[in-house]
Amino acid sequence: MNEEDIKERVREFLAANDPAADRLGFLRARFDAGLAWVHFPPGLGGLGAPRELQQVVERELESTPQLRPGVQAIGLGMAAPTILAFGTEEQQRRFLRPLWTGEEIWCQLFSEPGAGSDLATLATRAVRDGEEWVVDGQKVWTSGAHHARWAILVARTDPDQPKHRGMTYFVCDMQAPGVDVRPLRQITGEAEFNEVFLTGVRLGDDLRLGGVGDGWRVAQTTLMNERVAIGGAPARRGGGMIGLVTRTWRDRPELRDHDLHQRLVRLWIEAEVTRLAGARLREQLAAGQPGPEGSGMKLSFATLNQALTGLDLEMHREEGLGYDDWSFRRSESVDFAGRDIGYRYLRAKGNSIEGGTSEILRNIIAERVLGLPSEPRVDKDVPWKDLPR
Amino acid sequence: MTSLLYTEVEEELRSAVRDLLADTCAPASVLAGLGSPPDPGVWKALAGDIGVAGLLIPDEYGGAGASAREAAVVCEEIGRSASPVPFLTSAVLATRALLAAGTPAAGALLTRLASGETTAALAVSFAASPYSAVGGDVRRDEDGTLSGEVKAVAGADAASVLLVPSGSTLYAVRAADATTRPVPSLDQTRPLSTVTLASAPAQAVGEGIGDALLYGAGLLASEQLGVAEWCLSTTLAYVKERHQFARPVGSFQSIKHRLADLWLDVVRARAAARNAADALASAEDPGLAVAVAQSWCADVAVHAAEEALQLHGGIGMTWEHPLHLFLKRAKSTQIALGTPGDHRTRTAQLADIPAPA
Ligand SMILES: Cc1cc2nc3c(=O)[nH]c(=O)nc-3n(C[C@H](O)[C@H](O)[C@H](O)COP(=O)(O)OP(=O)(O)OC[C@H]3O[C@@H](n4cnc5c(N)ncnc54)[C@H](O)[C@@H]3O)c2cc1C
Repeated sequence: MNEEDIKERVREFLAANDPAADRLGFLRARFDAGLAWVHFPPGLGGLGAPRELQQVVERELESTPQLRPGVQAIGLGMAAPTILAFGTEEQQRRFLRPLWTGEEIWCQLFSEPGAGSDLATLATRAVRDGEEWVVDGQKVWTSGAHHARWAILVARTDPDQPKHRGMTYFVCDMQAPGVDVRPLRQITGEAEFNEVFLTGVRLGDDLRLGGVGDGWRVAQTTLMNERVAIGGAPARRGGGMIGLVTRTWRDRPELRDHDLHQRLVRLWIEAEVTRLAGARLREQLAAGQPGPEGSGMKLSFATLNQALTGLDLEMHREEGLGYDDWSFRRSESVDFAGRDIGYRYLRAKGNSIEGGTSEILRNIIAERVLGLPSEPRVDKDVPWKDLPR
Repeated sequence: MTSLLYTEVEEELRSAVRDLLADTCAPASVLAGLGSPPDPGVWKALAGDIGVAGLLIPDEYGGAGASAREAAVVCEEIGRSASPVPFLTSAVLATRALLAAGTPAAGALLTRLASGETTAALAVSFAASPYSAVGGDVRRDEDGTLSGEVKAVAGADAASVLLVPSGSTLYAVRAADATTRPVPSLDQTRPLSTVTLASAPAQAVGEGIGDALLYGAGLLASEQLGVAEWCLSTTLAYVKERHQFARPVGSFQSIKHRLADLWLDVVRARAAARNAADALASAEDPGLAVAVAQSWCADVAVHAAEEALQLHGGIGMTWEHPLHLFLKRAKSTQIALGTPGDHRTRTAQLADIPAPA
């Protein structure tokens, strides 16, 4: 399958489906035509084509109804690749289509009060009861749980095993009895994330993703993809956050000074080489799966985004002293480039925490990419239940 | 579709160059040879046997007709070994100047360069920026001879022909008709010379030097990438092996994090250098790609060498360890063909980030 074949498919698809008619109908038809994610298998929204050809589809369908990346990010970037890698055929057929069209929104129930960077110490329990599992525990920082129909969930199924071994991965029904979502207010004023209490939540065994006790391995797939999703979004030269800041720079000569100019040019160059590295990484990934190198993209994205939003706020001088809106409300969507300069500055602080902190990412690069020895570890072979807490 | 990866042909060229340089320019032998004229056999083999001298020269002049993408791979390997060979100065800078000239005289010279029998140098300061004019150091007298002095010329020591810009014209001068005086140089693997012309006979070969300096700056980014890669991989190997406090020093988190950050800088340097080479090889205007790559890679190479030195501890400070070859080359190339500041100023213009009034 090459670029021409793909273009031909798109032409045929557009001839049969009017993009100006019903938005959802159009997206469903696009999924069924294999033009959702071309590298997925036929029947699951793809054509089994090389991953890089997706760009061709996106270009050709630029002016047709689009997905909602803000609320769909976790579904598209994390749940979907995990379901594709570990889901049964039935699970793939059930979940992928509405996930892609956005009819069903997904969230991620990983972090807990006692388990953040050290995710593998998590304490939420899942206990088998016949054909069902009963889940009890508390999750935190759950972005978009208030929109979500489904969640990806990691829970402990065997506390007698060392921490990495006793976990199992589930799809959690967010409408099941016992799921309680409560907003957590963020430094931006709004509540984008939540705490989620799980009390006697019953999940059918058909919602298990991967083997019992295999949760850590499944979660690794999610996390690798998360980092690529956060850091590796394709961008045009001079697009994204740097585009936003340079546009203001061009439009508002009265804001310019020499110090800001030098810093802005440096950041522009950093943004450009980061974009190029992302493009190069995508070329490498074209055939396979994201490896630990993806962690590099997320790390550079976080550093850059924080520097840029800080400069943007400073550049606005007096205007930067204000803030658009402190009211406590649930966010509609996640948009790093949205709202006002003050919001963007504050929201960017989360970029070096969400999806693995920058410190953890440096550890991962050092150990898995560069092969440096790990630090002495005290918790590796101890049963989870005996770990100090 | 352009690609930032390496093609199979490029990888083959790389391994040929790498094998040869491993045999002839291992860091220990480069170190031992400092201060004495480099062994001409190395360049002969590289230029003639592998054919890198004519890489950028079209077939009509007996060259390989390859592009900046292949030349960049050679630059990477030269950077990775800090080899004292005149590839950048003769096969890139002088060659591009002659290609721009486009006259029969220039063509005849290109044919000699392609075979590797003749080596040339562009008589311009190695510190010259692609964004300012050259040719002001040498004047042409009534009798058609050239007189003047050009400082800090790289590759003149190895050249038998000097390409001398004077005013808006480019001249060829036999090295035997000029005085080339090597000067003590920060980077002894690419020593600089003062070239003095005193009524030297000269043949006009064309107008100006074309894009030679910009092209050279773009490929220098690949050399800097090679320098940075050597520094990173050598340091990684060292910190895995060196033990203090009963554990490898590479298991301390402060060191791991520094190396992770350095790796990320090098990853981005590779993408930037490939992008510049690809832009130079294509029809599009390479100006922005070169300015971005040169400003980024120059600083990354210096940073990599400085980190390498620090993380080696005392041994890194010794003459005996080859690390200083890479530090000196990195720092010299940071200044060469425009400083990072020059390239950032250019980037600002090309990316439409206007300076304050
Ligand atoms: C905006 C936002 C959205 C989020 N959305 C979600 C979500 O949807 N779903 C979800 O499951 N989670 C989500 N998270 C949670 C996020 O993944 C965690 O906050 C993160 O993994 C860090 O865990 P922690 O907060 O417990 O910090 P800790 O792990 O307690 O870290 C505290 C500090 O110690 C450092 N540290 C910890 N361990 C090490 C180490 N080994 N070496 C060096 N330094 C170390 C950390 O880098 C950090 O600086 C979100 C977080 C944010 C900020």
